[in-house]
Amino acid sequence: MSQDYSIDPKNLPEDPSRVTDEGKFKHLGVWMFIGGESVLFASLFGTYIALKDSTAGGPTTQDLYGLELVFLMTMLLLTSSLTSVYAIYHMKNNNFKKMQLWFGITGLLGLGFLACEIYEFAHYVVDYGFTFRSSAFGSAFYTLVGFHGGHVIFGLAWLITLMVRNAKRGLNTYNAAKYNSFSLYWHFIDVVWVFIFTVVYLMGMVS
Amino acid sequence: MSTATTQKRSVSAVIWDYLTTVDHKKVGILYMLGGAFFFLLGGLEALIIRIQLIKPENDFVSAGLYNEMITMHGTTMIFFAAMPILIGLMNYIMPLQIGARDVAFPFLNALGVWLFIFGGLLMNVSWFTGGAPDAGWTNYAPLSLQSPGHGVNYYVMGLQLSGAGTLMSGINFIVTIVRMRAPGMTYMRMPLFSWTTLVTSILILFAFPAFTVALFLMQFDRMFESAFFDIALGGNSIIWQHLFWIFGHPEVYILILPAFGIFSEIFPTFSKKRLFGYTAMVFATFLIAFLGFMVWAHHMFTVGLGPVANAIFAIGTMAIAVPTGIKIFNWLLTMWGGSIQINSAMLYALGFIPSFTIGGMTGVMLGATVADFQYHDTYFVIAHFHYVIVGGVVFGILAAMHYWWPLMFNRILNETLGKWAFWTFFFGFHLTFFVQHFLGLMGMPRRYWVFLEGQGLDVGNFVSTIGTFLMTIGVLIFLYNIVHTYFKGEVPAQDPWDGRTLEWSVPTPVPFYNFKQLPLVRGLDALWLEKMEGDGKIKPAEPVAPIHMPNSSILPFIMAVGFTIASFGFIYQLDGPLGRITIYIGMAIAVGSMIIRSLRDDHGYYVEFDEDEPQKEGA
Repeated sequence: MSQDYSIDPKNLPEDPSRVTDEGKFKHLGVWMFIGGESVLFASLFGTYIALKDSTAGGPTTQDLYGLELVFLMTMLLLTSSLTSVYAIYHMKNNNFKKMQLWFGITGLLGLGFLACEIYEFAHYVVDYGFTFRSSAFGSAFYTLVGFHGGHVIFGLAWLITLMVRNAKRGLNTYNAAKYNSFSLYWHFIDVVWVFIFTVVYLMGMVS
Repeated sequence: MSTATTQKRSVSAVIWDYLTTVDHKKVGILYMLGGAFFFLLGGLEALIIRIQLIKPENDFVSAGLYNEMITMHGTTMIFFAAMPILIGLMNYIMPLQIGARDVAFPFLNALGVWLFIFGGLLMNVSWFTGGAPDAGWTNYAPLSLQSPGHGVNYYVMGLQLSGAGTLMSGINFIVTIVRMRAPGMTYMRMPLFSWTTLVTSILILFAFPAFTVALFLMQFDRMFESAFFDIALGGNSIIWQHLFWIFGHPEVYILILPAFGIFSEIFPTFSKKRLFGYTAMVFATFLIAFLGFMVWAHHMFTVGLGPVANAIFAIGTMAIAVPTGIKIFNWLLTMWGGSIQINSAMLYALGFIPSFTIGGMTGVMLGATVADFQYHDTYFVIAHFHYVIVGGVVFGILAAMHYWWPLMFNRILNETLGKWAFWTFFFGFHLTFFVQHFLGLMGMPRRYWVFLEGQGLDVGNFVSTIGTFLMTIGVLIFLYNIVHTYFKGEVPAQDPWDGRTLEWSVPTPVPFYNFKQLPLVRGLDALWLEKMEGDGKIKPAEPVAPIHMPNSSILPFIMAVGFTIASFGFIYQLDGPLGRITIYIGMAIAVGSMIIRSLRDDHGYYVEFDEDEPQKEGA
């Protein structure tokens, strides 16, 4: 005997990601994980705020930041959150192809964000000589924004693995829970970026 | 499968079984075995510290080695002994208490235990590779940045590994308790040990990430030359203290709350009364956890945060005495008028009350900011936290061992030996630490490897060291008791203590699926309720049906090995390219096994009963 994970198209569950016990556990587990991650980022934000003016004679926040690029990055990441909502919408309608499509777009937007961030870091290092080791501000900036970037990389790797793995399998209640966990995580990454946008870039421009 | 359990299995089969297990009971035993090993190491280090301090200006160990001893003693005892043993108990007991067949994420559970074991081993490897960490268990910057060699790097990576494992356990236990309680097991019918497991897990979830960040900053400063704590480049070393104690203070409640849970099981069982003030106990547990997050700066009164901050944190600190006091009185009133049976488990519980209360009282004294300037970094602090940790946590662990040993190992620990162990340990403990209060008040600073003659410190230190010998004898008697019980121990009848909670309703040895039919819980102290008002048997909540169980897997072990190899790479990465190559190899192993885990379908399997049943009953 083995558990049946298939979805009956005539009798769609309200949320295929929370039909199985494992799915329910995963849903709560990811929320708890996000709770822990919030403390992690809060600690990094605290460290950044404490050190952001400790430039040791190097470039300051006002020398470095430009809102054009950051605006583009914000738009890319916020849109990717929206597209992942579309993907989950199609998951609930049992439309696997459209779900994969929208998750694919989510991934591409995430990649675009990452490319901008890599360009931004390279720009700071090459044009300003502003590195991880140049001042306490440098260490704090690259650690906070880099931790977020690292989370984006992890999320992208997660998404690509999921999409490749299930390309031929189609949607069922076993992998719907996995897609749902990813989408929760992705929204969280997005929320953290909103805080980075405000605390790092906006506050860095005005102060 | 069932025939295999009736035959004697080869040693290698048992080892393979434990390497691949995802069963919460075996994972729990692994936690306790690992914790016991590190407890003995930490105890040995304590013995060396006290022998060094037996007389003035002793030269038993060098100053440098002494620093390594105190650092490793503290770190080992807290992170690799007390916490793992408690998490092991939670793992084993909590699912049985709430009527669950396993934890919510069995795979993560196994990964957690291997990360803890490898983290502990990694840190102790430093003894053989040029020196252990020597900046104290608090590892304050900038001292820790000045520490030469790789010792502090081992501290950072060892704790990072085991901390990740602990965080997984925390999430796992929360989801287990929220989602997997048996039918009828409402929150306010949960045994108090399960309650404290839940609250402890919440503390782990919200406290550990701060430490993760602190360790990352330390790692970056030491291994990637960043400037978080480097004053010359604008860094600020107080950030370490804040992050460390934002984690560190909840950590002491992570240690003591499970012990509170253990005593809340033992007092009612051996007093034949329900726990006095159950609701108040639950509430007090939450209040302690909540306040525990708001008092971290009382470790930093002398840093100079200013009178307003110090006053706020002092008041918060003293407020914690209120819910703790509620608990103490509830335990006393549980015994009041009860039919009390005194055995080894109960002796530890009885010894705990005065010992812990003394520790709590000195805690309030330390919380008084102005007086703290006098106590800070003296032996008074050492005496205080050993009174709460040994008098609370270690007594709790030893009590739990006597109480749950019949359930876990199907033997009853010898009572005579148990009482001998208790009395030697109890007197040894008070002899060691009581006098340290006065040494501290006389001004003896902590962490110094010698003291001078003729300053009134000789007798106190001598007495303290003699106490340590007594404690050692107590632990040795306890260990002998385990060996004795293994060979000659009495096989208990099921439910030997006439228990009150669900874990005593399962047959011993506990079947790997725990409950053939999930139990129906009809009230608080579910088993006792059935004994008093039913036929003494728990009613099933479902018909006999195939049980879904998770598959065993070696992947958690391989992942932990991968992360450990990578940690070695990080420790040595400034020394040359070999370190960096090691990082890549280790991460490739770890990430590779994560990808394998993600790509494969792992649906678990079903236990069928129709044929198995008669054999199970006989086994």
